[in-house]
Amino acid sequence: MDQQVDVVVVGGGSTGCGVVRDLARRGLDAVLVEKGNLTHGTTGRMHGLLHSGGRYAVSDQKSAKECIEENRVLRDIAAHCVEETGGMFVKRPEDSEEYFQEKLEGCRACDIPVEVLDGEEARRREPYLARDVEKAIALPDGAVDPFRLCVSNAADAREHGARIETHAPVTDVLVEDGEVVGVEIEHETGPGKRVHRDPGATEEIRARHVVNATGAWAGNVGEMAGVDVEVRPSKGVMTVMNTRQVDTVINRCRPKGDADIVVPHETACILGTTDEEVDDPEDYPEEEWEVDLMIETLSELVPALKDARTLRSFWGVRPLYEPPGTGTEDPTDITRDYFLLDHGDRDDLPGMTTIVGGKLTTYRMMAESISDHVCETLGHEATCDTAEAPLPGSESEARMAELMDEFGLRSPVARRSGQRLGSRADDVLDEYDPNPIVCNCESVTRAEVQDAIGDAGSDLNAVRLRTRASMGNCQGGFCTHRIAAELAQEYPEPVVRDAEDELYQERWKGQRHALWGEQLSQAMLNHLLHATTMNRDGDPANLDSEVDFGAFDGGAEAPDAADTGGETGTAAADGGRAADDAVTDGGR
Amino acid sequence: MAIDSDVLVVGGGLAAITAAIAASREGADVRLVSHKSSTLRQASGLIDALGYVPATEPATPLREGPPTAGRELDRDEWPDPEGPLADPFEGIERLPETHPYRIVGVDALREGLALFDELAGDAYRGGHTDRNALLPTFGGSVKPTARYPAAAEAGLASDDRPALIVGFRSLTEYDARAFAGRLDAAGVPFDAAGAEVEFAEAFRADAKITRLAKALDHDEAIDGVPAREALAKAVAPHLHDVVDEAGGVDRVERVGFPAFLGDDEGDEVRAELADRLGADVFEIPTGPPSLPGLRLEDRLFDALDAEGVRFETGNPVVGIETEADGRVETVAVNRKGRETPYGADAFVLATGGLVGKGLDSDREGVREPVFDLRVEQPADRYEWFVDDAFGDQPYARFGVRPDERGRPLDGDGEAQYANVFAAGGVVGGADVAREKSASGVSLATGLVAGRQAATEATQ
Repeated sequence: MDQQVDVVVVGGGSTGCGVVRDLARRGLDAVLVEKGNLTHGTTGRMHGLLHSGGRYAVSDQKSAKECIEENRVLRDIAAHCVEETGGMFVKRPEDSEEYFQEKLEGCRACDIPVEVLDGEEARRREPYLARDVEKAIALPDGAVDPFRLCVSNAADAREHGARIETHAPVTDVLVEDGEVVGVEIEHETGPGKRVHRDPGATEEIRARHVVNATGAWAGNVGEMAGVDVEVRPSKGVMTVMNTRQVDTVINRCRPKGDADIVVPHETACILGTTDEEVDDPEDYPEEEWEVDLMIETLSELVPALKDARTLRSFWGVRPLYEPPGTGTEDPTDITRDYFLLDHGDRDDLPGMTTIVGGKLTTYRMMAESISDHVCETLGHEATCDTAEAPLPGSESEARMAELMDEFGLRSPVARRSGQRLGSRADDVLDEYDPNPIVCNCESVTRAEVQDAIGDAGSDLNAVRLRTRASMGNCQGGFCTHRIAAELAQEYPEPVVRDAEDELYQERWKGQRHALWGEQLSQAMLNHLLHATTMNRDGDPANLDSEVDFGAFDGGAEAPDAADTGGETGTAAADGGRAADDAVTDGGR
Repeated sequence: MAIDSDVLVVGGGLAAITAAIAASREGADVRLVSHKSSTLRQASGLIDALGYVPATEPATPLREGPPTAGRELDRDEWPDPEGPLADPFEGIERLPETHPYRIVGVDALREGLALFDELAGDAYRGGHTDRNALLPTFGGSVKPTARYPAAAEAGLASDDRPALIVGFRSLTEYDARAFAGRLDAAGVPFDAAGAEVEFAEAFRADAKITRLAKALDHDEAIDGVPAREALAKAVAPHLHDVVDEAGGVDRVERVGFPAFLGDDEGDEVRAELADRLGADVFEIPTGPPSLPGLRLEDRLFDALDAEGVRFETGNPVVGIETEADGRVETVAVNRKGRETPYGADAFVLATGGLVGKGLDSDREGVREPVFDLRVEQPADRYEWFVDDAFGDQPYARFGVRPDERGRPLDGDGEAQYANVFAAGGVVGGADVAREKSASGVSLATGLVAGRQAATEATQ
């Protein structure tokens, strides 16, 4: 099944998905390969900020201008992935007035629409802001759902003939006669969508060009090709609150620093972040001080955060890059710009280009730029239309309002389902009757879960990211088994069991960082439900040794009950109650 | 003026009720005060004693070193627990020395179970033998337990009669086909099939189990057919779904349903279904809201009433009001915003664990909020957990550490108060979830705390 294509794109984050969409729309035969599910790396582990550019308006005006431009594009082509929350840069008494003015001028210079608010007006818009916030700059920050964004890009690419392979890590970059000619991948579970317990295979995909869009992992892919790509991965923590204390993005107006942003996202708020260089993007410490810092520092802006319930914390790794020899010491000073490395020019190894750096807001622009480069290299003439062509699912905003009547679903389920699904809502929701709720915290219905399973196979983490099922207060305690049960229509029992365990363990990982107060109580409740009530940890189906069922109670009326009843064991005619007990409770 | 009794029991779950009745039977004048409805109603209604001695070594990580972002556990190396244990009593000596069973002794568990048998009466089974029973859980696994509702009896996994598991398309708790497959994987000695049927569809898609139970209680008409008949009709086509190893078709001899077969009229509902189906009928305990848990709670409060114990619910005990010479004299009870002193010669704390709010925590630490008793815990909250969700979680063992009379100890190993006793979930040292020992720990510690409090009060 070895294949010859025009381009292989390695990496299923926002950049890779954007590139494969762009190339496919330009008529090239492209394949995207990703070692996990889509957004498995950095894209799935960010705070979901759609930049207005305000953050870079003082330090990096080129990036700021790109951000506001792409911010406008995404509101247009990806309306179902964006929540237009608006944002504010707020100033506390101890923050510099001079910097506030610089920020304001910088925004204006970059064509970012701004409005200056006094403290009172800022609090009128966001009542939980601290009393001593003096003033704020309002600007068009937003929240973006990176997962829906990637899935929509990948779906559009597929509609234009591309192939998307997830759970397919690259095991080798094929180099022949001093030229990259393709990649070797391993199908962890067989080609196509993921199925647990399905054996894997390797496949060579030969291509005229390889795009390395693996971000923080770009060095690993480079190494397989024999070239150095010196990414400087930098970790950042994000702490998830259980509710939206704010409905707009709140930034601290100061030059740089940890813990300076709160992003409302779906039903939650996400606090961010830290910036610490790490050696290995997959193996770095997740530290207590980082979580504490988020809560302590950001409660200076929003005091309610101090005692609010946090659900979990997670970490992401930025794919920072700087040209060799720059030598920046502090990772916060490394540029957020992106770099396109043509290995033919750079390392005398034609056939491969690496893209590093950058940020999600400008993913489309980066994809356009690398697609231009690839087309030029391949001598393929086509124009880019990704800034104008809407992504699948975003075409109709008005559909959401009609859904409630149409499907007889009670609010807010229809609204939430409609938002999540965009214009695909009627295709998906039509199919299931009855359509009970599977995840109560996030009001996710069977139809949505089944739709996601159709797309992602038995990978319930991919189902989770598509639907938000198991991402609310209970962190899967009340629904991992229900989500897994939805697999049973299509998959045999051991697959259901494995998928359930995998999701439950994944949900546990993030909760470890929120284990106090109500969330510790929740963790204990989950433990009791899954271990005590369901006995998932001690189920003989999962144990190595076999159980002697005959050694256990076979019922009071079983033939051998009288022999093994122990000292109180007279099997009595009163339905199995021991005779002495029957006397003492005779009055009841 | 303080409201006085010999013994004041704080809490409203299995341990509190056991302690109150045990103290009352020692001749003490007992009062019970509880805040909210207890966690009993979230529990499955099975009375576990000890089902496993869980492994205490951690799963092997794939790499050495401190916990990190990408670190995965080697699932093939997960240590299995010892069990399921056929005899709950013989495993006790292999539990850690700090386990409440080791402290209060095996006889406390035996006596606690005997007291439960008496209180539960004919609603429960299992008292005819020392051995554990294995029962299907709604997760599709089987679980060792010491006592079980009569409604669950026909579901015993040691029974070799072919069984049908019924699921409902409009209920999402389990899928009956995966359920039957999992029983098979556990090696149960009977043939099982699962069938997803339409019945509950007649109700709103997300109707609560309690709603279904009422419909069966009252035999409400569903599309013109009485509910019990409609349910039997939905299941009847699947009575021959079981295929044995030789490929032959068996008629099922028992049928399992989610635990919603009636609330007040459960016996009657089961009997009618059994009659219509020509097979025994059993309930599979579900998660919250749990009808077996609610039924047990009702029964236990009736027993408390019959015992002559005064009880009041809805009023939290907020703290100690007066103390002298190492003894608590009065506690403050918040009655609709007004703090009222309640005095007693001895107190039993049975407020539950982390779920029941008998333990409270913040980023700095874990506390016992009523008497501010010592709760043993690692100082660093990143040592409260391990990486495997089902591993030996330190947080699962949080709680006060009692002496053999049930009195919580201070940092020096002395009883913190001479007249305060603790029982149930607030007592630490056990991982009741992995051991399947939650009810047994409540019964054993409740019995000891109640008796010792009475002794202390009537001296």
